[in-house]
Amino acid sequence: MARAISRNSKIGWTVAAWLVALIIFFPILYTIITSLKTEQEAIAGFDLIPSFSFSSYETVQNQNNYFRPFMNSVVIAVGSTLLALIVAIPAAWAMAFSPTKRTKDILMWMLSTKMMPAVAVLVPIYLIFLRTGLMDTRTGLVIILMLMNLPIVIWMLYTYFREIPGEILEAARMDGATLRDEILYILTPMAVPGIASTMLLNIILAWNEAFWTIQLTTTNAAPLSAFIASFSSPQGLFWAKLSAASTMAIAPILILGWFSQKQLVRGLTFGAVK
Amino acid sequence: MGRITLEGVAKRFGDVEVIPPLNLDIEDGEFVVFVGPSGCGKSTLLRLIAGLEDVSDGRILIDGKDATDESPAKRGLAMVFQSYALYPHMSVRKNIAFPMKMAKVPLDEQNRRIDAAAKALNLTDYLERRPGQLSGGQRQRVAIGRAIVREPSAFLFDEPLSNLDAALRVGMRLEISELHNRLETTMIYVTHDQVEAMTMADKIVVLHAGRIEQVGSPLELYLRPKNAFVAGFIGSPKMNLFSGETAAEYGAATIGVRPEHIGVSTEGGKWKGRVGVSEHLGSDTFLYVEDTGLAETITVRSDGEVRLRHGDTVWLTPNEDKIHKFDQGGDRID
Repeated sequence: MARAISRNSKIGWTVAAWLVALIIFFPILYTIITSLKTEQEAIAGFDLIPSFSFSSYETVQNQNNYFRPFMNSVVIAVGSTLLALIVAIPAAWAMAFSPTKRTKDILMWMLSTKMMPAVAVLVPIYLIFLRTGLMDTRTGLVIILMLMNLPIVIWMLYTYFREIPGEILEAARMDGATLRDEILYILTPMAVPGIASTMLLNIILAWNEAFWTIQLTTTNAAPLSAFIASFSSPQGLFWAKLSAASTMAIAPILILGWFSQKQLVRGLTFGAVK
Repeated sequence: MGRITLEGVAKRFGDVEVIPPLNLDIEDGEFVVFVGPSGCGKSTLLRLIAGLEDVSDGRILIDGKDATDESPAKRGLAMVFQSYALYPHMSVRKNIAFPMKMAKVPLDEQNRRIDAAAKALNLTDYLERRPGQLSGGQRQRVAIGRAIVREPSAFLFDEPLSNLDAALRVGMRLEISELHNRLETTMIYVTHDQVEAMTMADKIVVLHAGRIEQVGSPLELYLRPKNAFVAGFIGSPKMNLFSGETAAEYGAATIGVRPEHIGVSTEGGKWKGRVGVSEHLGSDTFLYVEDTGLAETITVRSDGEVRLRHGDTVWLTPNEDKIHKFDQGGDRID
């Protein structure tokens, strides 16, 4: 039976929920508002009504071309995600469908790499990048972000694959499917919703990554995260321009997230809600 | 051809021996049913034959060739799973076509076989649907269709009817029997339902704790069960088993009498008791007689006209010719 909720308490909770949502969203909102101010308005103090001046956007675009870091972000986010999937699908397959006594340990070990702060391995990775010529290249960033997100991708895919009944894969084996056929024709199409949400989440994570992208790039391969950062240090007092740059950097992923939210929520609650 | 021979086949999971070494011959064209209580190893045995599990010991011969280390696909067997295991993202047509696609059968031949199978299984109108849009019985037929088009040397069925409701189960049972008569291909069928075993099998293999208790035709098993386990397992309602003094009278440790071999009278007979529950099926009446001093209840199958009620005193007399005797170890005494 559905629990009875009185009209008044329903209104109360709705207002409270909106309030919490607003508090969480406020920093982003204020960034957008500030980006629409002039520099004078921006430093003048707290004010929610901007003058809707687009001059900051113009300056940002003229000073630092937005298009180049944007393309870098796209290539790095999508590239590292695809590469991660190519590695993670067979790995998750193996752990989900032919587990050994150590499978759980391997999963834990992979996750444990995410528990270490990234800065702890900065020096060795920096040196490797320097010596191998990967510094400030898209290839280098694709590789490092793929490696950083791989544990999460494998974990998510492993959870989805476990939901697929093993008998279906056995049926495919009886029907003459090789391992490749099994993954290609049966497992992957059945896991498409799971793979799609893993992909989306990973693109978002890679897009927003701001440690390695800033440390390992200068100009050529710098994505949008570095683009924002470049406004914060030498021109730290120009709030409006910084906000404009931030807004331009997060806009694509915000739009992507908005359109795919249904898929994302389904993906993140997979297994819990059917 | 579909002659399957198991030679000393055993299966261990770690230290646990699920199937001790066993030998079994399955002739070409036979309908063999593996039956036994749950956990007796019947499904594992089927999976060993299919190649979905590796044997720990012994050899599996298919048509005289050693197939022990062959992959499932190379064994030329087709399997129908309990959960149907259809590919949910493919239409019925693509499901049925899948094994042929894997075997690279030419397209026009694929279509010919699909149409023939669909016609035989009443699936012609459903070929473009997804499995999710079909009823349980239709899904089962698709699974069978997928097996047929491979033209396998033997079909393996793993409890294929247990997800269906009672009425559908009887219908599908007949369809599978008809299919066997038509194709004359070897079929191995796993079930825990002894009625399915009795009605469908040419040969029944009764399994218990991984061991083969008896192999024989349904009637052989019914008339001459090799031991007390088979006696109790085959037949519905179950055979009544008594031990103690009553059995000693017949020179046995345990005796068994089937419910249909016990006469009921209100006047006099060998064993006195009181009717507990009586079930009137119309054609038959099942009486569960209590307070006999022999066993908690004795099941009696009587004709449909019997009008006895709860609490009535009755006298039971077994048909002496039909009493089965077993020794201390449970083996049959003749």
